[in-house]
Amino acid sequence: MNFWLVLAVNSVTFGGLLFLLSAGFSLIFGLMRIPNLTHGSLFMLGAYFGAAFIIGVSGVQMNFWLAAILATLLVALLGALTERFLLRRLPGDALAQVLVTLGLSFMAADFCLMVWGGDPLNVETPNGLGGFVRVGAAAFPIYRVAIIAIAAVFAAALWMLLDRTRLGAMIRAGVDDPDMARVVGIRVSQLFTIVFALGAGLAGFAGIIGGPMLSVYPGLDQDMLPLALVVVILGGTGSLLGSFVGSIIVGFIYNFGQALLPELAYFVLFLPMLLVLIFRPQGLFGRYIP
Amino acid sequence: MSGMSNARNVALAAAFAALVALPFWMPGTYYINVSSQVLFYAIFALGLNILVGYGGLVSLGHAGLFGITAYASAYLLAMGLGHTTAILGALIVSLGTTAVFAALALRATGIGFIMITLALGQIIWGLAYRWISLTGGDNGINVKARPEPFGVDLGAPNGFYYTALVIFLIAVVVVTIFVRSPFGAALKGTRDQPRRMNALGYHVWAIRFWACMLSGLLTAVAGILFVYYTQFISPQTTSLTASAEVLLMVIAGGPATLLGPIVGAALVVIVKNVVSGYIERWNFLLGAIFVAIVILMPEGLVPGTARLWRQGWRAFRRRRSVVLAGSAEPKPAEPTQ
Repeated sequence: MNFWLVLAVNSVTFGGLLFLLSAGFSLIFGLMRIPNLTHGSLFMLGAYFGAAFIIGVSGVQMNFWLAAILATLLVALLGALTERFLLRRLPGDALAQVLVTLGLSFMAADFCLMVWGGDPLNVETPNGLGGFVRVGAAAFPIYRVAIIAIAAVFAAALWMLLDRTRLGAMIRAGVDDPDMARVVGIRVSQLFTIVFALGAGLAGFAGIIGGPMLSVYPGLDQDMLPLALVVVILGGTGSLLGSFVGSIIVGFIYNFGQALLPELAYFVLFLPMLLVLIFRPQGLFGRYIP
Repeated sequence: MSGMSNARNVALAAAFAALVALPFWMPGTYYINVSSQVLFYAIFALGLNILVGYGGLVSLGHAGLFGITAYASAYLLAMGLGHTTAILGALIVSLGTTAVFAALALRATGIGFIMITLALGQIIWGLAYRWISLTGGDNGINVKARPEPFGVDLGAPNGFYYTALVIFLIAVVVVTIFVRSPFGAALKGTRDQPRRMNALGYHVWAIRFWACMLSGLLTAVAGILFVYYTQFISPQTTSLTASAEVLLMVIAGGPATLLGPIVGAALVVIVKNVVSGYIERWNFLLGAIFVAIVILMPEGLVPGTARLWRQGWRAFRRRRSVVLAGSAEPKPAEPTQ
């Protein structure tokens, strides 16, 4: 019983991280019509930057949350620069844009390997979130519960942003019909930069707060990118609700798969994706049919 | 035009002669081995180019197909089966996987196709990495010996090179015939005008499916050569990086050309072998080349260099004619052609 409960909490935690990662991925896909293959790298860069700030850059050590904020901003800036100076040069050529993001992801992976080496970095759990919380006979790490809370807050904030603000309305308009959005005076290309920076920042943030749980290692990018892909194919592109539900589903399948069928965990993960592709190609909550 | 095609035939004959004589003019076995690598990667790239270049379907899961063939033959050999059985078994596994991949991925085109093939490739990678009882995980599977078909010792660099060369030439002929066949034309039609092709009564899905199968067959052949060459297979071979490398060969060389993928394969293999002797950062360089080619020379190195060459030559001629026209005495009009 305890085993299942702990597994379920871990699944929701992992789902929360995946939501932070895939919400941006989904928005970028929805708006710009490209799968951003650097998304796993942005997650990893966020994790490495954060870990580096915490361990200390030239003797200045930082508190976990300060490091998280700085790493997030840095990754968001990288995302904005990528969009502004590389992807912008290839307007309308989705294939070329995808290939550029693929090339960048290799550069990022090798950069991390060069700077931080091949050994995993362990990130300390932030102060005050170290212990366990006991519910009956089961004990849950506080930090995991905290991740769930953080993800929930971000989900609510993102929903507010997209559903209740002018910027959100413009983004939704851009997702649904970019040409018409341009016609009514929305500067869609500016939205691209904003959404790319937002998505990158979210991915980087997910990376740093995932650090204490997953640890930070080379190959983290290639572990996370397919998960984001599965979430978005499951949930549908450009849909926040889709990312949310997809993340939770993938979180559960991933954790239960790891525990019950460790050898086939990766394979089991892709089964629901295949089912969705066959029966509902636009995803569970998809707005846009590629 | 006939002058063009004569020059072309001479160039082809010269290339053929150079390839046949290669073990005699290469300075050592290391270079012969690198040449063998170029050959089987060229077959791999030719296979991918059928989809990317002629079908307009960009696959990021081809290393999965390549790897599963290599795994299947290595596994069958490790079970103690003979080379012929292992090769046939690997081809069956590979074509079966290709059929499943194609059926799933062809539910979409364009970006959707890329995403699905990427995910499928990652499944194979995940299985190779995690299904340790079958694949040996990170330790991979060793292949004890290369076969000796018809008395040719594939264990020796020259024997392997010539075998790879023969298979490579067959692959080039097959792809050439394919490109010029009605099937090839139909595939290009589905790339450029799928709806019109549909309206004309072509079964677009079936054309794409069989293109996937042909691409899978070439990939499988390359995969078998690869596993006999390295005599080892590990999850690395099926990774996304490997898929991207072969895609780079196609895109760098020039998709939808016959020569492009071959030049691309040679370029990537040589750069990788030479560069990794000096620096460790092959992946960084790979990524940088990728970005540079996509942004600066999107049509590929072969057509791109041809374009730049023409432009440069024209500019050079123009400047020269201007200089000549402006110099000293007014001469009778220079032919500026």
